[in-house]
Amino acid sequence: MNGIHDMGGMHGFGPIVRERDEPVFHHEWERRMFALAIAMMGNRTFNVDQYRQAIERMPPDQYLATSYYEHWLFAFERLLIEKGVVARTEIDVVMAALRAGARPPQAPVVKAENAGDAVESSKEAAGLSEALGGGARSLRYDESYRARFKEGDRVIGRNRNPVGHTRIPRYVRGRRGVIYRDWGVFIFPDTHASGEGANPQHCYAVEFAARELWGGEYPADERVYVDLWEAYLEADGEAYSRDGKSSKSGSRKAIAQGRAAKPVRVRGVKKSAPPREDA
Amino acid sequence: MSSHRHDDNDHDHDHNAPDTGPTLRVKALETLLVEKGLVDPAALDALVDTYENRVGPRNGARVVARAWVDASFKARLLADAVAAIEEVGLAAGPQGEHLTVLENTPAVHNMVVCTLCSCYPWPVLGLPPVWYKSAAYRSRAVIDPRGVLREFGFDLPAGVELRVWDSSAELRYMVLPMRPAGTENLSEDELAALVTRDSMIGTAVVTYSRDAAARPAK
Repeated sequence: MNGIHDMGGMHGFGPIVRERDEPVFHHEWERRMFALAIAMMGNRTFNVDQYRQAIERMPPDQYLATSYYEHWLFAFERLLIEKGVVARTEIDVVMAALRAGARPPQAPVVKAENAGDAVESSKEAAGLSEALGGGARSLRYDESYRARFKEGDRVIGRNRNPVGHTRIPRYVRGRRGVIYRDWGVFIFPDTHASGEGANPQHCYAVEFAARELWGGEYPADERVYVDLWEAYLEADGEAYSRDGKSSKSGSRKAIAQGRAAKPVRVRGVKKSAPPREDA
Repeated sequence: MSSHRHDDNDHDHDHNAPDTGPTLRVKALETLLVEKGLVDPAALDALVDTYENRVGPRNGARVVARAWVDASFKARLLADAVAAIEEVGLAAGPQGEHLTVLENTPAVHNMVVCTLCSCYPWPVLGLPPVWYKSAAYRSRAVIDPRGVLREFGFDLPAGVELRVWDSSAELRYMVLPMRPAGTENLSEDELAALVTRDSMIGTAVVTYSRDAAARPAK
């Protein structure tokens, strides 16, 4: 969705305020909020894409006026209610009891059907013995999903504006870039969030020249790398220019030569690595 | 609700005046989920302890220091960070399953942001600071990265290519900063003590002066 969370390139938020000797958490409730969310993703009550989408559904004025963990609280409560894990009335009753200084009554609380398994999963998440179950886990080494693009291919960020969850920022939609790396196959967040399935596909680091994104007055030696799923991209017939100049003289060969001259070549996990257990 | 931000008395709220803010709501949700048998309070305590006391930028600093003193480790780190960090006793836990390390050089400076939320490489840097999650950083890092670096007290020299990595998918990035001059005789532990969190995000560089004592990471 075209939400307030999609902030890349916006103006007006002022200087970056840093806190000296900042603690990991600022309040006890932030500690509990963090742990609750991780545990409930660990027991697969919701997945990370559903969680991100729930944060994105926060009204924009409220999003800007609240802190990071208040975003978490909003999303967490909303998902628990939507998924039928807790009822709004249960929350109200327990809050009233706590406010009155009483132990909340045990009776109204109905044990969850999956109670035993769920608590085991939340313990596993706490022990960090495995990757969190609800995450957008990858099928990174699965050869059965063919890549449409390869490194050096010119692409355009698709101009798409879904009302649901998506991970293509607005600032690269309609913009020309080049495939910098093929990261392998990952679960597609748009459908993972909506419950329409994993829809696994390749995800690429796409290089965009700052001038392509922001205009000719921006520096020629700045680039932004955005990790984009294949469905977010279309092939570009035009030449890609590393410095963002709108010339058509560049060729794939020239790009390849330019890339070969780069002093840093970041390499990821080898394609030949065995499939992950959780794939 | 932001008025709660600097309130350090959360521990006392159970016994004090009624609280309609997040303290009470989170307490209610935890109470309900525990009583429903969906979470174990001890598991929540363990999660908090892990991220408050055991995971943090000291982990990343150990990785950086090892890469500075061991060229073959550095090569392995840049090729496959998930496997390489195990050599310094770390494991690619949540938000680090797909870790990539980006090397800063005299010709290229990397910095990392998540414009859409606040994705961050937890196993090596811990949980992100508030500024990393702020609208100011998320909005400006991709359009005004040199301005951001200046605010952090660092003027990127002309001619250095600036690469900004927007963590928009499940890849997580840590920057390998340049080793400062004059540190040839320092031990690996002494080097690790020089490495700041911000230098591993790419919003700062690592500095060293012989006179200054080794400083812990911010």
